[in-house]
Formats: sequence, structure tokens, C-alpha cells
Amino acid sequence: MRMPKLTAFLTATAVFTSVLAASAAEVHVLNWKGYGADEPWAIAAFEKATGNKVVNDFFNSEQEMLTKLRTNPGLYDVVMINAAFNDQAMAEKLIQPIDTSKLSNYADISPDKAGSPMLDHDGKVYGVPWVWGLTALAINEKSFDKPPTSITEMWNEAHKGRVVIRDDAVEAVQFGAIATGQNINDIKDMEAVKAKLSSLMPQIKTFWSSENDWNQMVASNQIDIGTYWSGSADRAKTHFKLPVSLVIPQEGAVAWLDAFSIPVGSKNVTGAEAFINYMIDPKFYVEWVTKVGAPVSANTKAVEALPEDAFNRKVMGDPDVAKRIQFQAPITDAQREAYLALWQQLKVDVK
Amino acid sequence: MAIQGATASRSGLRSALPLLLPAYLWLTVAIFLPLSAMVFFSFMTDLPLSGKPWAFTFGNYATFFSQSLYLRLLWASLRLGLEVTLWCIVIGYPAAYVLAKVLKGRSREAIFLLVILPFWSNGLVRIFSWAMVLREGGILDTALNAVLPFKINIDLMYSYPAVIIGLVHSYVPYMVLTCYLTLQAIDDSLIEAGRSLGASRLQMLKRVIIPLSMPGLVAGAALIFVPVVGSFMEPRILGGRTGTFYGTVIEDQFVAVFNWPLGAALSFILLAVVLVILALAAPVLRKAA
Repeated sequence: MRMPKLTAFLTATAVFTSVLAASAAEVHVLNWKGYGADEPWAIAAFEKATGNKVVNDFFNSEQEMLTKLRTNPGLYDVVMINAAFNDQAMAEKLIQPIDTSKLSNYADISPDKAGSPMLDHDGKVYGVPWVWGLTALAINEKSFDKPPTSITEMWNEAHKGRVVIRDDAVEAVQFGAIATGQNINDIKDMEAVKAKLSSLMPQIKTFWSSENDWNQMVASNQIDIGTYWSGSADRAKTHFKLPVSLVIPQEGAVAWLDAFSIPVGSKNVTGAEAFINYMIDPKFYVEWVTKVGAPVSANTKAVEALPEDAFNRKVMGDPDVAKRIQFQAPITDAQREAYLALWQQLKVDVK
Repeated sequence: MAIQGATASRSGLRSALPLLLPAYLWLTVAIFLPLSAMVFFSFMTDLPLSGKPWAFTFGNYATFFSQSLYLRLLWASLRLGLEVTLWCIVIGYPAAYVLAKVLKGRSREAIFLLVILPFWSNGLVRIFSWAMVLREGGILDTALNAVLPFKINIDLMYSYPAVIIGLVHSYVPYMVLTCYLTLQAIDDSLIEAGRSLGASRLQMLKRVIIPLSMPGLVAGAALIFVPVVGSFMEPRILGGRTGTFYGTVIEDQFVAVFNWPLGAALSFILLAVVLVILALAAPVLRKAA
């Protein structure tokens, strides 16, 4: 007798909560913390314009994001997925096709991003390109008379003990692939990558993990050069007034693309579409860049709305740069674990 | 006699039960259950909460033995544990002796407070303040160069010594406290008796004070050794290039690749190794005590 009662109670609660959620027209957004979608001014503007209420939730790794989608079907309306993971999310039926005709800003997205095979499957769009950026090099301007042009500067004896690299296996291996002239998404000669990275290890001062680590080390003049993210280098220079400048080596750099998707079972698809459209809007983007600092928008109109000498327009928009960069493609779990094993081995060998 | 003893202990247990129950209930809920879940995970191919199919396997434990890297790191972590424990004894034991036998009243309270002060500050804050002190152009470097007539370059940050310094600083209060308790319990008349029989200071220390305070030393060493072997925060922040230890690879499995099963298996191997070491050391230490 107790079981049916309990079930009835649970059903009643579920119905009650879903009715409540629907009436408030909430948009549940899943994204990295401090990454645009949770800016208070942006949420306020969006809520005022559309009447939807934004509820943010965060993840700390792509694996955690996928787990949250798998274990909470129907909870999220918008999710930010790195394009390299879009394929996996679609294959697991975690995200649904997006009707781009409902997004007025979609037409302004640069064709190479909107047509990315990582986001479009069978003629359907599973991800709306949002922003992109680079993992390249950054230098401490105090240590260089003129900025280096080659990735080999990391191996220059003169910088021994003053080089940093991020503590991330995938990033390190792909960096090694570029240094050995290989395709980051199809590394044929892993031994060469390993040899190249092992010869880099004695140069390393430490492995950085956050933007703050990097900026602190430059502020106290402890490092000369290291791998860094384009958006972070821009923020370090413009907002923290540090002597940092980004170098996109002639050998190339790793590029990543972040996109918004709508999870399967979303209860507020209309709200989700409105939110995604707002996120790719030039007005939001310009404000984000000016107030906080941001990566490069996938929306060409949004980038054009920036001042002519803005870093995201001048440097990142340079067609010469576009030729050199390689966009990250999906990585399998097995590959990721193999990269981690290689990276750990390198870190142990240098002890 | 035997029967009487047995009934006495049984009734003792019955009356002790209400007192023990809260603690054991807490231990069951807060430690035993999550830990058994982790044991369970360590035998799985994938986490059930990841939504993917999973099966039972010994593969995670096999990984440890199939790659030399884990053994090397475990060895490095055990060495780190030993070194930190040794430095804690060297620094903590004399301090405990002075606290227990030399200082009295107000001054003892003041010094005691200074010893336990690190306990009251957050671990991360402690480590980051060390980062400010140890780096090139940091507080230590600047201060020494201001005083010394010649120029020296001190950059201890991102090195093995920095990890040792950070860990010793965090754990030395344990050694002081445990040694203080046993040293204080030594009857002063024993020391007076030894002196009156003509024992030198060194003989007193070797024959009376150290043997009598051995339980405190052992307890302190165990309290320090075990967490230091698994430490990951201090090596990661202070160790730089040399900061890869067994604890940091476990953390990587949980955080970077979301491979909880392997992370759990590595943790239990560590637990087993530490237990074996403590079990092997127990008879030796008991004899010494």
C-alpha cells in the first residue's frame, strides 16, 4: 500500500515542479563559469527583452558537461559545447537539431564556421558557432627586443627555466604536433611529438593551470615565453596592463570553436533559441569585449562592430593568420587517455 | 578468573555502547559508505553515472603494474613522505621539549599559540604565501640581499625544496603536539634521578627522554607520513616542473580525464602500500618504544 502512495506523491511533485518551471519560462543554461552567459548585465538585458528567466549551471570539464546532460535529461535548455565534442553529444542523442530560421543573427555567422562539419550533421545544425580563439604563444615583452616569429623560441637555451606550458595533456600533445609540422587532428608520428616535448621539458619553469598563474608570473618577471590563450593574452594586456603580447608562430597554432546547442528534451526551446540569438548578437558581444574581454565572435557583424584596431579584429581577423591555424577536431576517449599517459610520462621523466 | 573477566568486559561494552554509537554511526555514514562506493568504482570499466554501459574489471589495478610510471611516482611520494617526516622531527621535537620541560606559565602559552597558528589558516593561503616568499625577487630574496654585503640569487619557487618547505610548515604542528604530550608526561624526578647518578645530557636524552617520548614521536610520524604521501596541492603549486607525484596523477584521473575508476584504484593501491609500511614498522617501533 505504501509504494503506490509514494509513487503518486512523486508524480504529483514532478508535475507540480514542471508546471511551475513552465509558467516561469526559465532558460536553463549550462556553460563554463565566468564565460559570457553568466554576466549579470547580459542576463538582466536578456530577461528584460524576452521575459525569460535565466538559470545558470556550470561545468569544470567537458566530461562533466556530458555527464550532466546524460544524467539530467530535460533539465537544460541551452548548453555550450566545444565543437570538438559536438559529434559525441549528437551521437549519444544528447542534443537536438536547431531551427536556424528562428535565429535572426545566424545569417551573419561566418560561412566557414556555420558550415563546420563538426556542427552540421546530415544537413541539420546541431551547434550554433559562438566564439573561437587560439592556443598560441605569448611573450613577456620585457624579455624580447622584437617578438619572435617561430615556435622554436620555446626551445631557445636563452630562456632556460623561463618557459611555461599549460598542464593539459591534449593541449601539450597538439602543441608538439605543430612544433613537428604535423596535423593536430591526425598525428602520424607520435614518437616525434614525444621527442620534441621531452627536449622542451628542461626549459620549463612550471606548468600553468589558470590565467591568474600566467599573469602573476609575468607581473613578477619570472618567465619569458609560454603557451597561452588568445583571449587571455588580450585580457592581460588591455585589462591588467601587463607587458604581454600574443605571438601566432609561423608554424601555426591550435584553434578551438565554442558553440551553443539545445539538449534533447528541452522544455523551453523558444526561450533557448532566443538566448542563443542574444549570445551571438553584436550588441552583446561588443559589451562583453569592452567590459570583460572575450574571444573572437563567430558573427562577422559582431567583429566588425569592434574598433578597427581591436585585437580580436586586427590580429585575429588577419587572413594570414587564418591560413596558419588548425581547428581542433573531435578526440576519442582512448586518444585522450593515451595523451594523458604520454604527458604524465614526460612529467615524470623530467623530475 | 577468566569467566569473571569476560562478563566484566561484556557489561563494560554494553554501558559504553551509547557513548560509542554516535562516533561509529558518523564514521559509517561519512567514511565507510563513500569509501566502499570508491572500492566498487575501482573495479569498474566506467562510472555508472556517466550513463554508459559498464562492467567489472581488474584492469584499473593492472594499469598500475603495467606502467613503470606509477611505481616510480609512488616511490617518489614515499620518499617525500619520509623526508618531510624527518624534517618535522628535527624541527618539532626540540620545540616540543622546550615547551614541555623548559618554559612555564605565560611564555609557554604564547609559544604554544605560535606553534598551532598555522592550523588556523587555510591551507591554500599558506601555500600561496610561500609562493610570495620563495620566488626570485620575492620576500626572502629581497630581504637577504638587503642585509648581505654580496649579491645572492634565491629562487626556491618551483623546486623540490619548495615542496618540502611547504609541507613541513603545514605538518610540523602535529609533531610538536604529539611529542609535547608524551614529553610533558615524563616525571621530572626521573630526570633528576638520572642527573644525580651522573648521566650526561646526551646520555639523558638517549637513555631516558627519547625512549619515554617514543609513543609521541611514532604517533606524530604516522600522522604526518600518511597524508604527505598522498599530497597533491603543495607539489602542484610549489613544485613546478618537479611537482608531479602520486597524489597529482590521482587528481588528474578524477579532474582532467574523468576516469574515476582508475583514480580510485590508484588511491587504494596507495592505501594498501601505506598500511603495509605501517604494519611492517609496528613491531620495530613497539620494541623501540
